[in-house]
Amino acid sequence: MSSYAYTLLIPLIPFFVFVCVGMAEDKLKGKLGGLIGTAGLGIATFLSYYTAFKYFVADHVAGTGYTSLKAFELTWLHLTDKLTINLGILIDPISVMMLVVITTVSFMVHIYSLGYMEGERGFARFYAFLSLFSFSMLGLVLATNLFQMYIFWELVGVSSFLLIGYYYEKPSAFSAAKKAFIVTRFADLGFLIGILILSFNTGTFDFKELTNPHGVAIASMGGAAFMGLSVITWALIFIFIGGAGKSAMFPLHIWLPDAMEGPTPVSALIHAATMVVAGVYLVARLFPVYALGGPDALHVVAWVGGFTSLFAAVIATTQTDIKRVLAFSTMSQIGYMMLSLGVSGYGGEEGLGFMASNFHLFTHAMFKALLFLGAGAVIHAVHSNDMNEMGGLRKYLPITHMTFLIACLTIAGIPPFSGFFSKDEILAAAFNSNKILFGIEYFVAGLTAFYMFRLYYNIFWGKDRHYHHTPHEAPLVMTIPLMILAFGSVFSGFLPFHNLVTSDGLGFESHIDWMIAIPSILVGVVGIAIATVMYKKETALPDKVAGTFKYMYKWAFHKFYIDEVYLFVTKKIIFNYISRPVAWFDRHIVDGTMNGIAGLVQFASVSIKGLQSGRVQQYAFVFVTGAIALVLIYVYVL
Amino acid sequence: MNILTLFVVIPTLTIAGILFTKDLKQSRMVSAIGMTLQLILSAVLVYLYISERQAGNMAPMLFTFDALWIPSLNIHYAVGVDGISVAMIALTGVVVFAGIFASWKMEFLSREFFISLILLATGVFGFFISLDLFTMFLFYEIAVIPMYLLIGIWGSGPKEYSAMKLTLMLMGGSALLMVGILGIYFYSAPAGSPLTFNVLEIAKHQIPIEMQRFLFPFTFIGFGILGALFPFHTWSPDGHASAPTAVSMLHAGVLMKLGGYGAFRVAIYLMPEAAHEQAWIFIILTSISVVYGAFGAIFQKDLKYINAYSSVSHCGLVLFAVLMMNQSAFTGAVIQMISHGLMTALFFALIGMIYGRTHTRMINEMGGLMKVIPFLGVVYVIAGLASLGLPGFSGFVAEMTIFFGAYEHVDTFHRVATIVAVSSIVITAVYILRVVGTLLMGPITDKHFLHLEDANWYERLSTITLVLGITFIGMAPFWLSDMIHFSLAPLMAKLATIHLPGM
Repeated sequence: MSSYAYTLLIPLIPFFVFVCVGMAEDKLKGKLGGLIGTAGLGIATFLSYYTAFKYFVADHVAGTGYTSLKAFELTWLHLTDKLTINLGILIDPISVMMLVVITTVSFMVHIYSLGYMEGERGFARFYAFLSLFSFSMLGLVLATNLFQMYIFWELVGVSSFLLIGYYYEKPSAFSAAKKAFIVTRFADLGFLIGILILSFNTGTFDFKELTNPHGVAIASMGGAAFMGLSVITWALIFIFIGGAGKSAMFPLHIWLPDAMEGPTPVSALIHAATMVVAGVYLVARLFPVYALGGPDALHVVAWVGGFTSLFAAVIATTQTDIKRVLAFSTMSQIGYMMLSLGVSGYGGEEGLGFMASNFHLFTHAMFKALLFLGAGAVIHAVHSNDMNEMGGLRKYLPITHMTFLIACLTIAGIPPFSGFFSKDEILAAAFNSNKILFGIEYFVAGLTAFYMFRLYYNIFWGKDRHYHHTPHEAPLVMTIPLMILAFGSVFSGFLPFHNLVTSDGLGFESHIDWMIAIPSILVGVVGIAIATVMYKKETALPDKVAGTFKYMYKWAFHKFYIDEVYLFVTKKIIFNYISRPVAWFDRHIVDGTMNGIAGLVQFASVSIKGLQSGRVQQYAFVFVTGAIALVLIYVYVL
Repeated sequence: MNILTLFVVIPTLTIAGILFTKDLKQSRMVSAIGMTLQLILSAVLVYLYISERQAGNMAPMLFTFDALWIPSLNIHYAVGVDGISVAMIALTGVVVFAGIFASWKMEFLSREFFISLILLATGVFGFFISLDLFTMFLFYEIAVIPMYLLIGIWGSGPKEYSAMKLTLMLMGGSALLMVGILGIYFYSAPAGSPLTFNVLEIAKHQIPIEMQRFLFPFTFIGFGILGALFPFHTWSPDGHASAPTAVSMLHAGVLMKLGGYGAFRVAIYLMPEAAHEQAWIFIILTSISVVYGAFGAIFQKDLKYINAYSSVSHCGLVLFAVLMMNQSAFTGAVIQMISHGLMTALFFALIGMIYGRTHTRMINEMGGLMKVIPFLGVVYVIAGLASLGLPGFSGFVAEMTIFFGAYEHVDTFHRVATIVAVSSIVITAVYILRVVGTLLMGPITDKHFLHLEDANWYERLSTITLVLGITFIGMAPFWLSDMIHFSLAPLMAKLATIHLPGM
């Protein structure tokens, strides 16, 4: 048990790098800050792989399940009589899997950025923030309890905020950062309320106790009902709101496309591979509670995931900014993962969806990071994000082109690339549970293939544009990470996830169901074929199609005007109809009353101060008049 | 001499020392030395306190000292501290220290300025060590009065108006408080024993419930005015906006805490039954404070107003927590006082420093300052993140302890109030990020800002001290939390014996 104590170093190394590089930011000349950061993360990556090997292979007794164990834990704060906040490290299949995902992608991004961010102002600051992010994300996945997760959840949010706003002199960058922070904060409010309810009713934050299927927590789940759902179900729905915010699920997705204002390596790391899947991880982490304690909440997860995957895929077909296409694609793929969790049951083959979701999380991290880094290489070459300003780049960027193509085939679900395997498991899980969702996902699979190849052809095929200078392939420091990730995208599908990462820790038999797989391949191929016809050579066809579906196209292009709705609510309603009246009320009514009281006192004092004028004649006059009046009263009245 | 008495003696000697100085250089040097000693003394007190407790000293108050002062009324100079007052004293030590360095360039009537400032600090220290209601009240007045001069003379904008408003409203609070304290004095002693002002003595007996019902609102509102209780908070924005930097720091940082501390130590501690009965009214008011202050802050354009409204929100949370009347909520209230004290002092210090460079406090007249004054910019962002409750900083610990404590109440009313209060975390994020964005990010809007100088050594010293305080509590809250936790035992025992309905 304690043999895993060294895992403490995995999050702590990036933390120390953050503190050191952050403090000495202006003193680190050239690439020194970046090299320190990369070296630190290299060690963390090595330790993570070692942990994965040790946990899954070396320490594993054949024929038994994987148990979760605490490598380290300390009490940080006594919150209430029952509840204490602990900080610790939990080692179990999903946390170890996430360690591998995070450190791999983060390490690749660290290396890649040595080239991509070269010469940027605040190079060291960039690496300090990357380290902060890595620390927070690792702390999040290693959390032993819900509250530790919330702590790191917030830290992840702030690192994302800092990195999106990296180009802080650009107003659009900062407003994107602000939007991301506030939208996710709003979601975190739900998360926090969920934690309040859940922890109050179960008396613990600890994951091991919460998720023990025979434990007190799940046993006491019935509880009082509120609006037809049990209290625990409500708590789980609230917690899911937090997850939906981070994972950009509809309708809390609006920050993700804007977050593309950040440097491209950041988009690859945070907004594609790691942070945005935190919501999936959260539901996966609490999965036994969801599955056994609040199946209704799980239905919410499934439908939100399913709807988002469709919604985002439709928008992705219309966008022209290559990073935004990828952002919507990320949303859509995370929708798949959520859906997969939502349709899953607990234990054995019932838990196919759980396994599939984590499997897809893993493969998606590889190929989506690859797509973003590839897009970064393209942007690096042509200095634009707009696909209309690109074309014919395959001659100039051969390595980027090949790796990008691999990633596109992977996401389109073409065998033998990894995306095929993980997506197939998801479709199988959906098929067993809900036919409508299954149908949606089939359609989305086709859309995915279509919009990815639309992107691919627009960038790499077609005619050359007027480039400022001849585009050239990125340096090796950028292309090597591409190649490594391409390798991962191709081969990670062969990992035996059904033996490693399952809902109850026990492996189960899983095989490809060709009845589902073959149609899904066909759908992918059809999507690619349509894209090829429409975009391989420049024709008038795309415009014609867009013209035919004029209104639908316009709505999708404007992202269904969700941003405008939010803007209306925040700017118009909250600012104008709440904040402004509150400020006015405070100035004029509350403070007005105070000033009114002061005015009243002043008025009273002005009225009577004449009595103390100091003029003797006046006193004598009043005195005599008073005396006469008294005499008169005495004589006549009394 | 009793170590606690030193907390009043050192500032008094410092004031005496400043009287003999000639110019700014000398008076600030004497002040700095005096307040550095005071800071060291606070640290020593914390150390001594913790070691006493570890040695097993279970007395409710440590380092007590008692001397009869006015025999006819049985008024004592009685001092003593528990974990809560030790924490408050340490906070005051830090804020005053930072405040002196933030007024390093106070050219105008510098001698008088430092004297008034330190007099104010003396009052605050005296308040926190007192166990006798009368001396406590006296020190309270000592702290409030110099405020009038400090704002009226060294302030800016409509300073006479603000100084008058602040003083009158706080005096109104004092008047209510006087009624409360005298009522407690006359009705607390059981038949046959002499009347007393001593808090510990009073706490041993129950004040008749009818009198409690009458006295509690006086005491709670009296302290509440100082703690910016809605709707008696309007002195705060005007007062802060007009006050010079160090005064805003001290005022928002520690003086407003007198309200929360007093409400806890006097109103709740001595009259728990009435507090329990009437809490609902004040819970409504404080929940309003929390959200209302935050919404009010969104709309403001002046940095100081933003921070003043934010203080209304954060201090509202202190009173809110105090009214929740359970262990965690009380602990959270104290942590929130410390945390808000440090954060808001940091904010006001930074605002003063930025104003000293740009000569404006209007956020829409500034922009892109991060590029020219990165040190101040980064510290501003840190202060902002701390204020919006980011883990790793003190605000998070305080808020979470309060929320989880408040949620322990099982009835709908308390839970709804809790959720209303929790929702402030989003609104806070909105106004903080709005300020950070307009002020620091984006391109530089005014070419005069291109050549601003970044922080000097004394400004760095002042801000770094506060940042260290915030991060220390944020990273290792158990120190503070355990200290408070232990000191709540007598009160919790008392609450347990009276069997309040519904608890």
